[in-house]
Amino acid sequence: MRFRAKIVDLACLNHFSRVINTIAKLAKTCTLRLTVSKLYFILSDKVANGGVSMWCELCQGNFFDEFQMEGVAAEHNEIYLELVPENLARALKTAQSAKAVKIKLTNKHCPCLRVAVELPSLSSSSRIVTHDIPVGVIPRRLWNDFREPSVPDFDVSIYLPVLKTMKSVVERMKNLSNSIVIEANLNGEMNLKIETDLVSVTTHFKDLGNPPWSNSAQDRDLESMAEARIDIKKLQQLLAGQQVNPTKALCNIVSKRIVHFILLHEDVSLQYFIPALA
Amino acid sequence: MAEGGVRQCQHCAVPPQLSLRTVNSSRSAFASFLFAPLFFQLYEAGGPPPDRELFRCKVLMKSFLGVFRSLPSLEKTVGKCLILLKPRASRLVVQLHCKYGVTKTHNLAFQECERLQAIFDTQRCTSSLCAPARVLAEAVVHFPPTLAEVTLGTGPGGKISLRNYVEDEAGEPSKTMVTELWLAKDEFETVAITPGSHITFCLKEFRGLLTFAEASNLPLTIHYDAPGRPVIFTLADAVLEVHLVLATLSDPESSLQPPTANGVSHLPTPSEDFTDDLESYMIAMETSAYEEGSGVPPSPTFPLCTPHPAESDPEEEEEEEEGAVPGTPPHKKFRSLFFGSVLTPGGPSPAPTQEVLAEDSEEES
Repeated sequence: MRFRAKIVDLACLNHFSRVINTIAKLAKTCTLRLTVSKLYFILSDKVANGGVSMWCELCQGNFFDEFQMEGVAAEHNEIYLELVPENLARALKTAQSAKAVKIKLTNKHCPCLRVAVELPSLSSSSRIVTHDIPVGVIPRRLWNDFREPSVPDFDVSIYLPVLKTMKSVVERMKNLSNSIVIEANLNGEMNLKIETDLVSVTTHFKDLGNPPWSNSAQDRDLESMAEARIDIKKLQQLLAGQQVNPTKALCNIVSKRIVHFILLHEDVSLQYFIPALA
Repeated sequence: MAEGGVRQCQHCAVPPQLSLRTVNSSRSAFASFLFAPLFFQLYEAGGPPPDRELFRCKVLMKSFLGVFRSLPSLEKTVGKCLILLKPRASRLVVQLHCKYGVTKTHNLAFQECERLQAIFDTQRCTSSLCAPARVLAEAVVHFPPTLAEVTLGTGPGGKISLRNYVEDEAGEPSKTMVTELWLAKDEFETVAITPGSHITFCLKEFRGLLTFAEASNLPLTIHYDAPGRPVIFTLADAVLEVHLVLATLSDPESSLQPPTANGVSHLPTPSEDFTDDLESYMIAMETSAYEEGSGVPPSPTFPLCTPHPAESDPEEEEEEEEGAVPGTPPHKKFRSLFFGSVLTPGGPSPAPTQEVLAEDSEEES
């Protein structure tokens, strides 16, 4: 099992560290899956993380100048690692002016992802900082736990409003309630609602547009709302934590079951699933 | 007047020079700022003879710092700052003469005290390093703000390394990220160190001093000796002399051998990462390797030395390690008494009749 990668380009480095920061905000620990062409950050829906799951996918070619990996076997050319994304985020945080960043899998005392940062210095030689991030190597028999979640059979799929706007709305609502109702219809309308004994607040968004899914429910009444009540903290975490500035953001609502968010940015896609509360 | 006070507890003022000193509650850190009279526009060493004597007092750090809170706004508004020591009234008066004729007067209560002096001798330290504060400040940003201790040592090729100190939990492969930084010799102004030497000290106090050093744009000199002996950081210019003395973690001989967090011998070469030798890259790693990783060598322990009485022998001043109970907060291991007999332990204030206005700061801890 071998892995080595290198980033030289500053823009790529910044982009990569923004993605990692986003992941770090969403998951305390996650699984990093490495394949020849892609990197995946996966959080599977365990009860321990509140039923939330995450799937983030990036093309290595758009970030790395060098990328070499070799999985356990030729027919299973993949590596699954468990890591604390916050560690990776911290390692990259002080690498913003780096000449080069190298990431490689090592096994000195324990399996580690070694991030070696080459920084400019006042002297003739560069300053070198290494961060050994402990990782757990996930054995092949457990790989099935980390399959890509399928797009749920949703009732309504809708484009999200500007995330910043949505974030400020949700942040205010968070002070009033622990849960939020997201409802949307196929007419491009979405409402964010909180209801408590003292106050009911609804923010209406319209003309958002509905993405053209081939399998979407054709027979559904355009006006009828599909709704799900979710943990407002989880939603706020997603909106506040995301740093990828997606070109496209949408959500799929399965009535009373789950809300599936998809944030797309050229070479990065982030899917986030928040289960509905009872 | 820019005063870099991020220290913990108390101050002493001693004419004919003004000196500010403090020690933390566990006595593992001591700082002293010595201002030459020339530092000030005007410096008068008191009036009639009895007041002219060396005078020492302590004031609460909190109240003294309160006066200089929010430096940016002070710098904008304050024209001059007048500090008066009035022993008869038991008051330390700080007057800030601000714009528009506003004068702010702070009357601080103080207690007389004995001399607070850590015993250290930079001449006796075997290793010393001097670098612009900026170099060191840029080095420590790579460590997380919550990190307690950092190890300074020498790496291959004469490089100076800084790495976060990780306490090895019994047998468990550490789950902590290990950050290590190498600085080339030519980033330093002077390097005179014993090869293979390393020391571990608290990062927080060091960061505090670096903030001050960076602001005052002075090179910082680090003097150290064997692990367990204090490390001394000094800053000096014509009018100011600063010393920060920190306890360091002791390091029993035994822990030098196994490749633990302390072992310099096992530090990977930094060049390895950038020369790309195929071998280091081709580290075969099977999933089973994870289990093997648990056979981590024994953790470095802190020896249970026979504790010497606090004010026994002036030669014993540096360190008194106590056996650290595994799992206790890191600071506990720094229980070092590098203070000689100058301190009466828990002794009453020299002027018992005096009304105690500020509580003895020992109770702060």
